[in-house]
Amino acid sequence: MNKKNSGGLIADDLAKAEMVRLLSIVGRERSVDAFEAIFRFYAPRIRSFMAAKTKDRQAAEELMQETMTAVWNKAGQFDPARGNVSAWIYTIARNVRIDAYRRKRPEFDFNDPAFVADDVAPADQEFQQLQEAQLLRGAMATLPEEQLDVLRRAFFDDASHSTIARDLGVPLGTVKSRIRLAFEKLRSTLEGRL
Amino acid sequence: MSVKHHISDAFLIDYASGSLSEGWSLAVASHLALCPDCRRRLSAMEGAAGALLDKASESGDEDVAWARFKTRAIDIKAEEIRPSAITPKSMAVLPEPLRSYLGGDLADLKWRALGRGAYQILIDTKDTETQVRLLRIPAGKPVPEHTHEGRELTLVLAGSFHDGDELFARGDIEEADGELLHTPTATDGEDCICLAVTEAPLKFSSWIVRLMQPILKI
Repeated sequence: MNKKNSGGLIADDLAKAEMVRLLSIVGRERSVDAFEAIFRFYAPRIRSFMAAKTKDRQAAEELMQETMTAVWNKAGQFDPARGNVSAWIYTIARNVRIDAYRRKRPEFDFNDPAFVADDVAPADQEFQQLQEAQLLRGAMATLPEEQLDVLRRAFFDDASHSTIARDLGVPLGTVKSRIRLAFEKLRSTLEGRL
Repeated sequence: MSVKHHISDAFLIDYASGSLSEGWSLAVASHLALCPDCRRRLSAMEGAAGALLDKASESGDEDVAWARFKTRAIDIKAEEIRPSAITPKSMAVLPEPLRSYLGGDLADLKWRALGRGAYQILIDTKDTETQVRLLRIPAGKPVPEHTHEGRELTLVLAGSFHDGDELFARGDIEEADGELLHTPTATDGEDCICLAVTEAPLKFSSWIVRLMQPILKI
């Protein structure tokens, strides 16, 4: 980890741990005050996420409200051992957007008897998730701009890798290799954590 | 027995972002159900998306937005965690979400003969981009002729097949494109059941174009 970044990372990590705490209070007690802090942090971010595809402020505002309603309703289902708050809220916003465009995205089911569970069970998963989120942010900061750009287009603009290649006017293989290089870097950072 | 052949980053990022159409997503999600490694890769992608979300910001009037939220949403009661729709049996061969698409597990399926001992079931999706089918290939026999242009995903659910030197067993997924000439063959001893997703054949309404199709090879 880069020394000169450590101050910023520590502040971010405190904010991350705080979000986990607030979300679990909302899940347990339906605390409006705790939710307000989550809302004020994520509302502008989700608005931006929605605006990337719709290009329409009013529609983006509606989809943001819908996403935050889903976050409020599902707060009790958030499992800090399975992921960090921002990643979880991203998946909720993504699903709201998929529904808005009347698409379907089939998903696996953890309770399915045919589901093959992960046999790697770390001791303190919640701590590990926070640590992974920190490592991921650090590693993202080191990605070349052309790789970050592809990730932004994929996750924000909702563009498939073939659409990205067409929009950038580069061969499909170039986009595939940028995606592969970006995630190889992120994964190797995560795997080297202990 | 762990999965050896995984889904590529290019397919997985499209699934993570939600841009992948339903037919391809069905194969990817069913592979994920059988492959903890790829679920970890998916989590890392969603984590990266979360990190990008943290950095985004589109200012609006947060006081107004919050006031609207409070009046509209706060009375809505929390969503109950429902047990999955289909009562889990103690055993299942086909994973979700595939099992629900087929309406049952292997023993409940109604196969249609394809000839030469092979069977198939066409799976209906809302997506016009892909053709999705479950295939049953008799032990030791090649996968029946299935010309495809463009991409193909094949997920093994029972038995196994080999393609060249590579062996594909339960949970393994093979990605192929139109340029690759391949002849997957079911391994001796057990029928191979796999989910195959291909790009939907182009349909032309004009009978002239249809007549020309074999000549033009489109």
